[in-house]
Amino acid sequence: MGDLNVEAVERYRNNFLKEVEERVEEGHWVKMCMQCGVCSGSCPFGPHWAHPPQELFMMIRAGRREEVLTSDSMWMCTSCYNCVVRCPRQLPITQIMHGLATYAHRLGLAPKNQPTRKFSVLFWNNCTRTGRVNELKLTLGLYFSDGFIAGIKKAWALRHIGLGLLLAKRLNPFELIKGHGCKDKKGIHAMLKKAYEIENRRKGFSS
Amino acid sequence: MSEMKAAAYICRGCGIGERVDTAQMAKIAQKEGKMQLVREHDFLCSAEGVKVIRDDIEKEGVTHLVIAACSRRAKTEAFHFPTVAVARANIREGVIWSQPEDEEQREVRQEMADDYVRMACAEVKKMKQPAGNPNVGHSKRLLVVGGGVSGMTAAREASKAGYQVTLVEKTGALGGWAARLWRRVPDREPYRDPIDTGVQQLIESIQQDPNIEVRLNSVVASTSGAPGRFTVKIATESGDCVSDEFGAIVQATGFTTYDIAKLPELGGGKSPNVVDQAGLEKLALEAAENGQPIRRPSDGAEVKTVVFIQCAGQRDDTGKHLPYCSGHCCATSIKQAMYFKDANPDVDTVVIYTDLRVPGNGEDFYRSGQAKGVTFTKGKVSGVEVDGGRCKVNFHDLILDDKNAHVEADLVVLATGQVPVSGVDIEKHQDMPEEQRKAISVLNLQYRQGPDLPQLKYGFTDSHFICFPYETRRTGIYAAGPVRRPMDIAQALEDATGAALKAIQAMENAGLGRAAHPRSGDLSYPIVRLDGCTQCKRCTVECPFGAIDEDEKRYPVFNESRCRRCGTCMGACPVRVISFENYSVDTVGAQIKAVDIPDEFSEKPRILVLACENDAYPALDMAGMGRHHYSPFVRVIPVRCLGSVNTIWVTDALNAGYDGVMLMGCKHGEDYQCHFVKGSELATYRMSKIDDTLKQLALETERVASYEVAITDIARVPQLINDYVAKINEIGLSPMKGFG
Repeated sequence: MGDLNVEAVERYRNNFLKEVEERVEEGHWVKMCMQCGVCSGSCPFGPHWAHPPQELFMMIRAGRREEVLTSDSMWMCTSCYNCVVRCPRQLPITQIMHGLATYAHRLGLAPKNQPTRKFSVLFWNNCTRTGRVNELKLTLGLYFSDGFIAGIKKAWALRHIGLGLLLAKRLNPFELIKGHGCKDKKGIHAMLKKAYEIENRRKGFSS
Repeated sequence: MSEMKAAAYICRGCGIGERVDTAQMAKIAQKEGKMQLVREHDFLCSAEGVKVIRDDIEKEGVTHLVIAACSRRAKTEAFHFPTVAVARANIREGVIWSQPEDEEQREVRQEMADDYVRMACAEVKKMKQPAGNPNVGHSKRLLVVGGGVSGMTAAREASKAGYQVTLVEKTGALGGWAARLWRRVPDREPYRDPIDTGVQQLIESIQQDPNIEVRLNSVVASTSGAPGRFTVKIATESGDCVSDEFGAIVQATGFTTYDIAKLPELGGGKSPNVVDQAGLEKLALEAAENGQPIRRPSDGAEVKTVVFIQCAGQRDDTGKHLPYCSGHCCATSIKQAMYFKDANPDVDTVVIYTDLRVPGNGEDFYRSGQAKGVTFTKGKVSGVEVDGGRCKVNFHDLILDDKNAHVEADLVVLATGQVPVSGVDIEKHQDMPEEQRKAISVLNLQYRQGPDLPQLKYGFTDSHFICFPYETRRTGIYAAGPVRRPMDIAQALEDATGAALKAIQAMENAGLGRAAHPRSGDLSYPIVRLDGCTQCKRCTVECPFGAIDEDEKRYPVFNESRCRRCGTCMGACPVRVISFENYSVDTVGAQIKAVDIPDEFSEKPRILVLACENDAYPALDMAGMGRHHYSPFVRVIPVRCLGSVNTIWVTDALNAGYDGVMLMGCKHGEDYQCHFVKGSELATYRMSKIDDTLKQLALETERVASYEVAITDIARVPQLINDYVAKINEIGLSPMKGFG
């Protein structure tokens, strides 16, 4: 993943805007931002992150690649779509935020301990393995992501809910051992592989 | 008009008959007003009512009319009797609508109505029906000064309307700045790409137009006369001088760019790679001719990064540079960035702005620029460092609050804006030597007030930015294009068309001896009794329109065609020798004296309101329409402008026992709204001098008050009146009652 970053730096030199335009989902919209700041003003999380969307877009234009891609700001987006609804230029801001996050993750620049990133990785791996989301493994994975003791504590605190689910036959403890897959697991894996290839080609990734 | 026969018509319609006693008003008109004929009517403005009046004019030989009905501003078409003098008593808006309906108020309401009848009867007898100014010129030829887009458009539009035009251009070619552009900002859908300027076609259409005579390499050596008969000497470079007569003049002398040498901090004059927008157009034209991309002037190297700096020497609040926004530069920079982007999308184009101003459809053009990849950076440029071929633009990034942001550029373009070419600033350069003045003067007016048009703000020539665009303060001379205010080609086209139409209006009105705006079509004109004149020069100095010259003996020479009929001269004249046929010191004076003044024990004050007919009087009318009630103790007389208020009216009123005088005029000062530019200001100044008179009469200075009123002050005006009446009651009634 480090290689991908080196390759991108080499290829786009000073032009981070162009890189975003070509490689980030919906990134071609960034240049259309007119810096009105309505998105930042509308964001319910606005005051809690380092760089609101307006500022991120400006940083992209100013070529602050490192700062943008290592930022955790785009990971803070809760997809409430307030910004998208209000943007006078109709920019898909939420999508751009997710696009930026994904891109930073692929380059290996995204902050390692960002909780949203951690959960996203966990979720993706969980559901692509069998083609289905294994809720028990996902939940436990989340509990234990901060360490064994913390996991036990969280599980203990929520034990009543777990027990309730178990009694209502909403939770099958055997899923922990095996877990059931979808009908055509191989097909899913082939599909995802193909999609990955197409994406790489379209965005000009060499690997 | 050998014998006067006066008739009064009293309308009972619109509820007048129910709220006031019209029979009593009729009696007053007959007995006190000495009307030879008095009629009451239930519906005076109806066809039948108007016919009654018409018949009386024809069969009874009525020469003077009093119509006691609605405001003089209403039913003007029905009550249009051009052959006789007409005075209107405002009973509807002025009395029944502005006063409460209840019986308790009946007495004071009736007194009001009676007084207005008395006033109208007194006024009409001092009036003559104006016949129009006999001293007119009939030239219908238009002179256009300036051969740029504005000038050419004005010429072509006038020609299309059937008028002969002479176009004077100081350089050897038509086209002006627009001809030096490679492309222009688009003026139609989809507002996406720069388009052809269209100047070449315009030049060709001018050259082929048989109505338009073009004089290149020529300047205006002298201008004298008045609308309908301007005598203009046109000097050519070779020294020849031709003289011609014109009906009106359009000055479309355009602009120059702000000198970039005055912006060394932005690299102006320090490197050939720092240019202004005009400089970039030159580069673009050269590049287009060679079929090459735009190259760096210093060494012909390829331009990879170009930075546009907006508001260079504009919108400057330090007082060093231009304080205003030139309006077109943002769109122009976007257009110029597109020159690069359209040729090669890999060229980096950065526009550094503090506020991007792209009014109207410019927004679409801006969006198109963004789509093409022009980078817009909100920032304040602190300086441009020049080092060999490269320029380093340092700026404060206002979004990221990064004070040390910078861009390396091959080419820097400064958006410097427009400076009007308006000739001599007559207020500042009074003492300039004749020769120097001649060199920079555009029109070389032979007017007493100076050789060029008065300048409104920042050197732009206009007279009234709200009500009368194109109008300068010299009647018959119109400003169009960037000499009037900063603008782009699209606006200049519209502007020039407007100015041409105004000029045509002025020529036609002048030919008929009528006034230009705002009393458009008014046939009255100032008449001077020179044998009483003391040569005090107040009229010549105070006329806001330069309509009055002086002869060798220093007597005023009135150029009626230049006059706008405001009456400022009449208000200024200390010996009162200036008057209009239907508006004079006497017509108003008689009205003031006609009002019945109750004695001091009646507890009924009388307050005279002199209200400007442009704003204050309509506001009062509308207050009536909206049933905003005001004190029944005021008597309102409309005046053409507060500038026409002669102090004698005020002293007469106070002598006659009025308890107070309110003057209502338009806003004056920096952002004035006075329709005659200076009238309300002059009135306020004159009234400030009246304090001495008041003291001589042993009266309180509060008895004369002036107010700035806007046409929208519909609720405020009644409040002003009520507050003032309350104040007068506090001071106590005038001790002068009974001495008048």
